[in-house]
Amino acid sequence: MFKIVVCVKAVPDPKEACNIKIDPVTKTLMRCDVPMVLNPLDKYALEAALQFKEQFDAHISVLSMGPPEAGNIVKECLALGADQGFLLSDRAFAGADAFATAYTLAKGIEKIGPFDVVFCGMASSDGSTEWVGPEIATFLKIPVVTRITEIVEYNGQWWTVKAELENGYRLVRVQIPAVFTVTRALNTPRRLSFSGIIKARKKEITQWGIQQLGVSEASVGLKGSPSIVSTIATMDSRRKVEILEGKREEKAEQLVQRLANAGVL
Amino acid sequence: MEKSCGPVWVIAEQIDCRILSVSFQLIGHGRKLAAALDTTVEAILLGHQMAEHPRQLFAAGGDRVYLGNDPELAVYQPEIYAEIIEKLAKEKQPEIILIGSTSMGRELAPLIAARLDTGLTAHCIDLVIDGNNVLESRIPAYGGLLSIICPDRRPQMATIAAGVFPNPEPDGNRTGDIIPIEVPKEIPQRIQTLKVVREEPEGMDLESATIVVAGGAGAGDPAGWRKIADLAQVLNAALGATRPTVDEGWAALETMIGQSGKMVSPELYIGVGLSGELQHMVGISGAKVMVAINNDAKSPVFEQVDYGIVDDCREFVPVFIEKIKAYREKLKTC
Ligand SMILES: Cc1cc2nc3c(=O)[nH]c(=O)nc-3n(C[C@H](O)[C@H](O)[C@H](O)COP(=O)(O)OP(=O)(O)OC[C@H]3O[C@@H](n4cnc5c(N)ncnc54)[C@H](O)[C@@H]3O)c2cc1C
Ligand SMILES: Nc1ncnc2c1ncn2[C@@H]1O[C@H](COP(=O)(O)O)[C@@H](O)[C@H]1O
Repeated sequence: MFKIVVCVKAVPDPKEACNIKIDPVTKTLMRCDVPMVLNPLDKYALEAALQFKEQFDAHISVLSMGPPEAGNIVKECLALGADQGFLLSDRAFAGADAFATAYTLAKGIEKIGPFDVVFCGMASSDGSTEWVGPEIATFLKIPVVTRITEIVEYNGQWWTVKAELENGYRLVRVQIPAVFTVTRALNTPRRLSFSGIIKARKKEITQWGIQQLGVSEASVGLKGSPSIVSTIATMDSRRKVEILEGKREEKAEQLVQRLANAGVL
Repeated sequence: MEKSCGPVWVIAEQIDCRILSVSFQLIGHGRKLAAALDTTVEAILLGHQMAEHPRQLFAAGGDRVYLGNDPELAVYQPEIYAEIIEKLAKEKQPEIILIGSTSMGRELAPLIAARLDTGLTAHCIDLVIDGNNVLESRIPAYGGLLSIICPDRRPQMATIAAGVFPNPEPDGNRTGDIIPIEVPKEIPQRIQTLKVVREEPEGMDLESATIVVAGGAGAGDPAGWRKIADLAQVLNAALGATRPTVDEGWAALETMIGQSGKMVSPELYIGVGLSGELQHMVGISGAKVMVAINNDAKSPVFEQVDYGIVDDCREFVPVFIEKIKAYREKLKTC
């Protein structure tokens, strides 16, 4: 059967992520209990897998690396229609950069077993590097196409996809197994259904740590990360603002005057 | 001359045989890094019919160009490009590799970094050499500025958007070595770019616009967004966006301004219904005059602009448009 792996990340809810701030004194993160949600773009990655499964027979595994709470987003994906969930969770995984994250996920994908296609989101809302998909592909020694907007043909061993470019696209032919990172243009993700939630109760989530994955502590998490944060500084982008007062009409009039005087209108 | 470390590399990018401005900007900044490290700046240029182009890279500050000039390299081919650069890097041991944060660069950079077993920093807004001769990549995050280093592995890699560093003043007298690179005999066949289609961008180009109007989540809905787009049109301005508006589908990804989008420095910037989050604001820090329209007087955006309007943008913008039109009319008549 055709096997698909979808990588999904638990991220701080982007709607509240602005509440995570650097404490200017201690230079550490003040998290303010922002809830974790499924990375928005990963919904499109999962949807791509679900639509494939609707047309052809396929088995969908969802894979996430994160703290135990990330199990919730894996469950959400099962409720949306994925068949099996895998959570890579271990204290040793904490503090991973994109490189160590991709390495760990690649190990997870290998352990899940043979696969045909891996879907990732284009970017995560918190890390937002866009690196994880291509680095997974490199560790698995398979090709990758990033930022896909359309799957033009998916017959057999060769797929043809469109990938987003500045003001245009690339048409790419690629041999599977391959990794694809998806954009919002690809599809419209479905919503959770009640029956999906009921069905998901019977589906299992497998949790693996470093022992089960057979990786060394030195190759994952902060220790396995080539790049580290060296310093945290506060940034000063302040200007001296003039707030224009009065009724709406007056404010608009004043603004036009100010901009005209500054010679920028 | 004994060099203290490997060279600074820039992966130059060409589209239709034109080298992108970000490549020159990276060479210009690469010179500063190279000076601090007492080493050279070298560019890798892959394309077809590019024999004359290394001159431009020398003029921008390059000391040496590795040139792959072959029909196979005319457009970006991920596996061939990555293979060539990996092989060359393993041989030449660059200290630093800089890549433009373009569609190609964002894909190619992690392919190279993973092959070379090294770290990579995304969307940097500054690059400096620290006291230990280590590259410090600066990125805005959580209302502050993080410095990321890759202390133990080489090369140190980073991607940088167009406009972060200035265009270097070309020096036509500079020359350098051109070293041809061979296309691998066994070309990997698992992935092929069949064609590249470029469409005329809609609306005004952000990078060259003298006025930029940027809309944020405060637009509320497509109708609210339309009003901000109208303001841009009346001002003959380019319309930019924040990330949530791209997420909502109101604006195209290409129009996003900020750390992971475009960097622009217009004469006038008007931010409408946006909160002034650093990741957005770093994209317009070079603007001359800045205005914010936001209904929350406590919004951080008001600390970062010259003129502030505290009002509902959906109500204010149409009135502002009328006033601009009236002003323009008056200019015409007198
Ligand atoms: C790694 C990373 C990279 C990022 N890169 C970028 C980037 O390149 N570009 C980018 O833009 N973002 C980027 N972001 C996201 C960024 O952190 C912010 O989330 C985003 O810029 C906020 O957009 P916003 O101001 O439109 O929305 P919000 O922060 O939600 O602000 C909306 C504002 O609108 C105001 N408002 C609401 N209603 C009205 C109304 N009726 N009239 C007037 N005002 C109103 C509110 O007071 C509020 O201030 C990045 C984030 C991360 C983690
Ligand atoms: N911890 C993680 N677990 C599972 N998938 C991830 C993780 N981090 C990143 N990804 C995948 O990689 C994509 C790009 O993430 P990033 O490189 O952080 O922008 C995401 O959309 C996910 O599909």
